Amino acid sequence: MHFSRTLIALAVMAAGLSAPAGAQDASATLAKIRDAKTIVVGHRESSVPFSYLGADQKPVGYMMDLCAKVVDVVKERLKMPDLAVRYQAVTSQNRIPLMQNGTIDIECGSTTNSVARQQQVAFSVTPFITSIRMVVRKDSGIKAITDLDGKPLVTTTGTTSDKLIKDNEKGQSVNVTNVYGKDHADSFLMVASGRAAAFVMDDILLAGLMANAKDPAQFEIVGPSLRDEPYGVMLRKGDPEFKALVDGTLTGMMKNGEVAKIYTKWFQSPIPPRNVNLNFPMSEALRLALATPTDKGVE
Amino acid sequence: MNYHWNWQFFLQQTDDGLRYYEWILSGLGWTTLVSLGALALALVVGSALGVMRTTERRALVLIGDSYVDLFRNIPLIVQLFLWFFVVPELLPEVLGMWVKQQLPYVATAIVGLGLYTAARIAEQVKSGIQSLSRGQRNAGLALGFTEWQTYRFVRLPMAYRIVLPALTSEAMNVFKNSSVTYAVGMLELYFQYKQIIEKTSQVLEITLVVTLLYVVLAFTMNRLLGWVERRTRVPGLIAAGQGGH
Repeated sequence: MHFSRTLIALAVMAAGLSAPAGAQDASATLAKIRDAKTIVVGHRESSVPFSYLGADQKPVGYMMDLCAKVVDVVKERLKMPDLAVRYQAVTSQNRIPLMQNGTIDIECGSTTNSVARQQQVAFSVTPFITSIRMVVRKDSGIKAITDLDGKPLVTTTGTTSDKLIKDNEKGQSVNVTNVYGKDHADSFLMVASGRAAAFVMDDILLAGLMANAKDPAQFEIVGPSLRDEPYGVMLRKGDPEFKALVDGTLTGMMKNGEVAKIYTKWFQSPIPPRNVNLNFPMSEALRLALATPTDKGVE
Repeated sequence: MNYHWNWQFFLQQTDDGLRYYEWILSGLGWTTLVSLGALALALVVGSALGVMRTTERRALVLIGDSYVDLFRNIPLIVQLFLWFFVVPELLPEVLGMWVKQQLPYVATAIVGLGLYTAARIAEQVKSGIQSLSRGQRNAGLALGFTEWQTYRFVRLPMAYRIVLPALTSEAMNVFKNSSVTYAVGMLELYFQYKQIIEKTSQVLEITLVVTLLYVVLAFTMNRLLGWVERRTRVPGLIAAGQGGH
């Protein structure tokens, strides 16, 4: 009995998924976009190279390129080639409330897909994975976590990285004093000025800070990955149809190699506004995530 | 709006074994410490500067006036960054490293917030003293008081009573301004607010709670100094108001 009931449930679900597109869309987000004749894209102002303001103050970046493709698919699906696209800057504090209250329809930034956040919002399949590592001054001689004993260690207020320091403190009985910077630039300055011995953060952000430092050769990223965190395109919760559209679009781009091309454009070539090259080759973890797309959040 | 309300998260365990409400209490403790420390420093320095600006000595007046101009015209957050990032670099190497790595951050926060507030208090103490008639000073001198004694026994007791309502506002401001010290690494209430949002994404609950706590802190100062105002009231003086607001 159970088996046949499951079959019926699956059949109903499949019918729902393959429902005709267009006017009958059950997706609240698509309906909202159609009624407003506008899709609102949330972006960041300084998350290099994911989503940031380029030379003419227009949002650009890896995530913005991926989202541009999603917007194209939305236009096709709604049969509205003239659909207006409005860009709305968001911060790490307001991105979730703005998604929930309908100010933005899709957020293309550098948001970690975590299980805690999935209580509030939904995430696309993972187009990027960051590893949490640390940046130190080359002259400090620090190579591993154990070299940090007794030293001040900085992380940025309001980020998820400081937990890892604590986890590692337990695991390796290394005692550090935790200090906090207001933003990533501040935290990096604390390492540069000698207030902190190391700055623990997403390696891609560290690479960006280093590339823009006065003398990049003074610094290096060391130590193992303390944790891998998937980034995701953030969506409203409870709209599986819109999520399927976004996931389908991104998965297609991962399969046909388009994502890899866009990756090279933003991570391994000079990027605006200052034509700095981040020299950040694709990690093994990301290669795997692009081969087998997943929307699993980190604990 | 499909917000997922969850008031229970305050009781949930955080990564470091404490519960979220304990983070808030710890932040509240640091906020109180920084604010009271800064207020004490500001009262001492501000009073001294206020008195200097009303003396007959041109040099003292100039120092007091310059201080107020300088500290009132630079935004608080910039002042904190100056103390935190710039001043240690100007010190001799060894002392600078000590400040950067050994000196507790709370010291920098208290100095930054205290000296900023001192400029505002200096302005009020000065105006309090100047609101008194010159006859008060002359009468004191005629009775054989030294210049300093006319301040200590005649003018300052009156001046403080007159400006107490304005000082009450400053005391409330210190608590509200202390939220800026998160920018120089203080783990105070606003810092914990940002941390908790990042960890739980329960923005509305935590915002309501933290807002309420700041209101309670500022209002407590208001009531406390209102009480001081009533206790120190001298019948028959202009400062003998109702106290409180």
